[in-house]
Amino acid sequence: MTALLELRNVTKVYTRGTFVRSGTVALDDVSLSAGGGTPAITALAGESGSGKTTMGLLLLGFLTPTSGQVLYDGQDLRKLSSQEWDTFRRDVQAIFQDPFAVYNPFYKVDHVLEVPIHKFRLAKSHAEARTLMEQALVGVGLRPEETLGRYAHQLSGGQLQRVTVARALLLKPRLIVADEPVSMVDASLRATILESLRKLNREFGISILYITHDLTTAYHIGDSIVVLYQGSMVEIGHVDPVIKNPQHPYTQLLVASIPWPDPDRKWQRTDKTALWREGLAKTAVGCKFADRCPKVMPMCRESTPPFYRIEPRRAVACYLHRDSPMIAAEEVTQLAL
Amino acid sequence: MNGYVVQVENLKVYYPTSSGPVKAVDGVSFNLGAREKLGLVGESGCGKSTLALSLLRLIKPPGRIEGGRILLNGVDLTQLSWDKMRRVRLNQISLIPQGAMNSLNPVMRVRNQIMDGMRAHNQSMSRQELEARVYETLELVGLERNVATMYPHELSGGMKQRVCVAIAISLRPQVVVADEPTSALDVVVQRQVMETIGQLQEELGAAVILIGHDMGLMAQFVERLAVMYAGRLVEAGGIREVFRQPLHPYTQLLISSVPLLDEKGVFRGIPGLTPSLLHVPSGCIFHPRCPQAQDTCTEEVPPLVEVGPSRWVACHRHEVER
Repeated sequence: MTALLELRNVTKVYTRGTFVRSGTVALDDVSLSAGGGTPAITALAGESGSGKTTMGLLLLGFLTPTSGQVLYDGQDLRKLSSQEWDTFRRDVQAIFQDPFAVYNPFYKVDHVLEVPIHKFRLAKSHAEARTLMEQALVGVGLRPEETLGRYAHQLSGGQLQRVTVARALLLKPRLIVADEPVSMVDASLRATILESLRKLNREFGISILYITHDLTTAYHIGDSIVVLYQGSMVEIGHVDPVIKNPQHPYTQLLVASIPWPDPDRKWQRTDKTALWREGLAKTAVGCKFADRCPKVMPMCRESTPPFYRIEPRRAVACYLHRDSPMIAAEEVTQLAL
Repeated sequence: MNGYVVQVENLKVYYPTSSGPVKAVDGVSFNLGAREKLGLVGESGCGKSTLALSLLRLIKPPGRIEGGRILLNGVDLTQLSWDKMRRVRLNQISLIPQGAMNSLNPVMRVRNQIMDGMRAHNQSMSRQELEARVYETLELVGLERNVATMYPHELSGGMKQRVCVAIAISLRPQVVVADEPTSALDVVVQRQVMETIGQLQEELGAAVILIGHDMGLMAQFVERLAVMYAGRLVEAGGIREVFRQPLHPYTQLLISSVPLLDEKGVFRGIPGLTPSLLHVPSGCIFHPRCPQAQDTCTEEVPPLVEVGPSRWVACHRHEVER
């Protein structure tokens, strides 16, 4: 089974400085598959600076990897012909964090829907284009008569974000990369956007890569989850066991930090080092989480932990699980599907 | 003096526009006890940031405080001269503004930025005192001494935000107003910043007003919660009571819109949109979105009434019960 998109041993280093070169490793030898097979929602979770947005941009073809390959239907993205590139552009759609930045204030919101219709020649007439736009808007739960013909400032952030979801739907893609689609929207409007994303998945069979730092929404919308820490995957598996019973100390910290909407369920007292050493931990060799990890062992600082399979479809990169069988990178890749 | 540090009475803050005033804060009253942690929750555009700014009289023209009083230790801030107000800010009441961490000066060391605020609001401190206070304050927010000589780009998001908290508490105010202090931060850093503020609140004995839209954060941090909708308060009460038994339909929807771990895949939004503050609906401001609206709701404005010990709600359904 080939995946629609695949990262194979991808490393991305951002360099800066003209004379004195220095680099930030955003992704460190990561392999992951997205799309293909049964349409699923994969959540990609991690803190700021974990490389989750870089991963999204690589999959969208907006960035090229420093080393490794991004494969689209088994073919290197960089080697696509212009025709293949067009299909790729249609198959893989993006939804970004800031709905206000997507719209040109001088155009009506219709523009965002019209451009792809023209570009991919989806309609033969104006009337047909209009019908397509209306269908897409209804598909995400918006009323076309209240949306079309308006300017961006006349709609709320939640409505604007749903129009971008409608735009993605218009093209009937096979994969949508949604980078923090609800983090700038009010909590009360988040539900509607998540609902329309899930509808896209269930009714239209579109796979979704949901990039977020918010584990509660990841849990609710995701089928499987990949946890990133400083450019490396640390835990991967089905969303239920990972969130309810996290195994990697970093995932445990993330789950313990969720602010539950319940005054009787306060943040538990966890080990302070993990919480407070944020931004300071920079380990050159070994596990990247070692400096913050409450369960650190000498071996963690010596070499990078490989993935251990702790359940049939779950892997953790942590020496605490060294009794479980090791699992090769190619197999880990498949777990996200 | 009845033990309240801050008493806000019928505060009105309007922004005049060509089509009439935008009533961002329209008759809000509340009290804040010493050492109390009060939450103010509402959707974007409900006037909560305007309220935060007006507590320090930082509303920029053309916006202005149209009426009401803000008493800080019994002194009406709305009547103070600009000069006196300047001495109140940071000394007695301070603000952690929204997106504060992006407001740090990129070409200035952290130490100088903290000293800047202290110098501007308190001329009586000597350089030695200022410097000692910088290190003391950094320690309070859990940052190491060497952070003082760093530039903002050398710090992570959480550290920058803690520098902003340090600036806000540098003169040990009695009241700290935190306007969405963690809105751009991820969960781990959010928790770290909130725990910093909580610790300070205990150590310095300050009262905190936390403004935001995240009910989860409110449940974790505050003791009392006030719910704001379209420029008015619709409900107030102890955090446990509000969560256990929300009285106003808006509060009920707000609480049920937060996803829980126990019911996977259930999304509940609040239907409709926040009203434009230029054309506020007649009667109860929430009636166009309210699932339980009755005829009276479209006509009469429900007053904010006390339905239990320090439990307030503005809803016709609870007026009847009383």
